[in-house]
Amino acid sequence: MNGLREQRGAAIELSRVSKAYGSFKALDDISLQIQPGEFMTLLGPSGSGKTTTLNVVAGFTEVSSGTLQIGGSNVVGVPAHKRNIGVVFQHYALFPHMTVGRNVAYPLRLRGVGKAELETRVRRALDMVKMADFAYRYPSELSGGQQQRVALARSIVFDPPLLLMDEPLGALDKKLREWLQLEIKRIHRELGTTFVYVTHDQEEALVLSDRIAVFNRGRIEQIGTGHDLYDAPETLFVGRFIGDSTVLRGAARSDGSSTALDVAGETVTVPRRHRDTDRPVMLLRPEKLVMRKPGVDRSDNENRLSGTVSEAIYLGSGSKYEVLLRDGSTGIVRSSLTDQSFAIGDAVELCFRGADAKLLADDSTADTTLT
Amino acid sequence: MSAGAARAEEDTGSASRRSLRPLALALPALVLLVAVIGIPLATIVLRSFNDPEWGFQNYVWFFGTPVNLVVLQRTFTMAAWVTVVCVICAYPYAYAMSVAGPKIRLLLTLCVLIPFWVSGVVRTLAWMILLQDSGIINMVLRAGGFEGIRLIRTQTGVIIGMAQILLPFMILPLYSVMKGIDLRLVQAARSLGAAPPRAFFSVYLPLSLPGVYAGAIIVFILALGFYITPALLGGPRSTMLSTLVQNQVLSLLQWGRGGAMGVVLLVATFLLLALAGPLMRQRYKLAAR
Ligand SMILES: Nc1ncnc2c1ncn2[C@@H]1O[C@H](COP(=O)(O)OP(=O)(O)OP(=O)(O)O)[C@@H](O)[C@H]1O
Ligand SMILES: [Mg+2]
Repeated sequence: MNGLREQRGAAIELSRVSKAYGSFKALDDISLQIQPGEFMTLLGPSGSGKTTTLNVVAGFTEVSSGTLQIGGSNVVGVPAHKRNIGVVFQHYALFPHMTVGRNVAYPLRLRGVGKAELETRVRRALDMVKMADFAYRYPSELSGGQQQRVALARSIVFDPPLLLMDEPLGALDKKLREWLQLEIKRIHRELGTTFVYVTHDQEEALVLSDRIAVFNRGRIEQIGTGHDLYDAPETLFVGRFIGDSTVLRGAARSDGSSTALDVAGETVTVPRRHRDTDRPVMLLRPEKLVMRKPGVDRSDNENRLSGTVSEAIYLGSGSKYEVLLRDGSTGIVRSSLTDQSFAIGDAVELCFRGADAKLLADDSTADTTLT
Repeated sequence: MSAGAARAEEDTGSASRRSLRPLALALPALVLLVAVIGIPLATIVLRSFNDPEWGFQNYVWFFGTPVNLVVLQRTFTMAAWVTVVCVICAYPYAYAMSVAGPKIRLLLTLCVLIPFWVSGVVRTLAWMILLQDSGIINMVLRAGGFEGIRLIRTQTGVIIGMAQILLPFMILPLYSVMKGIDLRLVQAARSLGAAPPRAFFSVYLPLSLPGVYAGAIIVFILALGFYITPALLGGPRSTMLSTLVQNQVLSLLQWGRGGAMGVVLLVATFLLLALAGPLMRQRYKLAAR
């Protein structure tokens, strides 16, 4: 984080928070620490508990157990309207009977801000989201993206130390979403407020966040920077949820310095520096795989798996290939090379260095919950 | 003529036929409306000017007779009270309906509709039993050691009875507006710092007002012309205009005077609607969102 920035954000600490609906645990022992001014994203598939976590922080949902501190003080039991937190909802939630200006002024009126100051602050907030020209329009007269910018202005106008956003761009098209992501990033930089952002879109999470908490079935699988999650996933779920990956399963034998895996009738060896598990799964990122025509010489420390190209996707800057391996699993390769292009049906070999593979514990839930 | 032009002609032909079709569908009701309401209405207006002879004599009589003006004013006052009572009772009820689960909502809806299936006369008679000096309300009061109160043949009694009968006309439009209000807006207001009462008054109430206006206009207009309940529950001090009309026409056979009263009521109602127009338009503006 920028050291020069004024630290106006609040720290948040959820510790051992659970939320049960009947016998169903929407949140199961969640612990999460967020630094002042940090951009934290809660990422996970549908139903994994992201909104519930946000609602707990906002005060819309009471926890079943655990503690929650915002800015150093315990807020369990404090009603939503006393928490001084900005919230942006996926459904915008602008008041339809108020103009844009009045919507943005609403939290200031509640706080008894005087007329002159109110006007400057409303203008400043609208300027920040580039909506100053729309102050006299009604929400129904705005596009979705414009409405969401107004909602953002309304939730930052009272300078909350913490801003929560629940899939704020979920209803918008891709171009607009990408543009607004950059706007949100800029606003975060300018304000120094702590942002907690919910999304199920891993690319969005990578673009925006300082750190990402990956949710799965009411639990947090891993918390880390995008880099951490991509390069060093701790669970198979995280590895599969963030970025593309090739997942290989097979019987494992460990000896001294390496683990050998029998995958699709071929044996691959991986250095044994990874955490040991009984039933390891091997995860490979697309850029760590090299695709070759069969029969080309290989260097000694390379593993190879044979298969056939089942899908070739042109991405502009390069190509992405799906390769059907002998055991029926799919390898994903990305290549920026244009000289050696492959066609669907070509027999190929996937080569990789053992050190580039990650061995993780197998997890049956990781497959079914992909988005 | 080219084939294209022929098709174009055919199209316009069917288009004009299509534009007439809604009219054909509306025809039976249209005939009823014109014949059953329009013709007698025209007759009444005509008679108010020509019975017993041409001129403004009936209106001169109406506005020159103090008791008529007293009753006219009372009619408006009582209709206003009925409307107020209806709003107060219907608002929480309609809210409960809009947030209740399906079972409770069905029960609440039935409770609104059942009175519709029972005639107004029967319900008024039921009120007589309840409100009488020796009726159930007074019996309970006396049993509790309180003094009995006069309800029957008072304005209070009439207002209670009319409000009860007209309540569904307030509840239903209110409910239809309330169930369209996004409760997440109230949550948003809370997150922005509004305590629950403030969130209600600044967000929920304004959004529900179109339903209040719609219901209030219907109830007020129906109350202005109410006949049975004031006639049966009321006394001489709670006579409403409809009773005077009935008296002029059926007892005194003064069709002109009765007609003039009807026209005065009609014009007053139209004036009211014109005043309420802007409010109704606001409703459509909101609905368009
Ligand atoms: N009021 C409630 N009563 C019962 N179950 C609930 C309630 N609210 C949420 N849940 C359950 O809790 C789980 C987590 O819900 P939550 O809304 O937090 O998911 P989410 O991660 O935000 O998903 P999405 O991406 O679809 O918004 C879901 O299985 C949901 O069905
Ligand atoms: Mg959600």
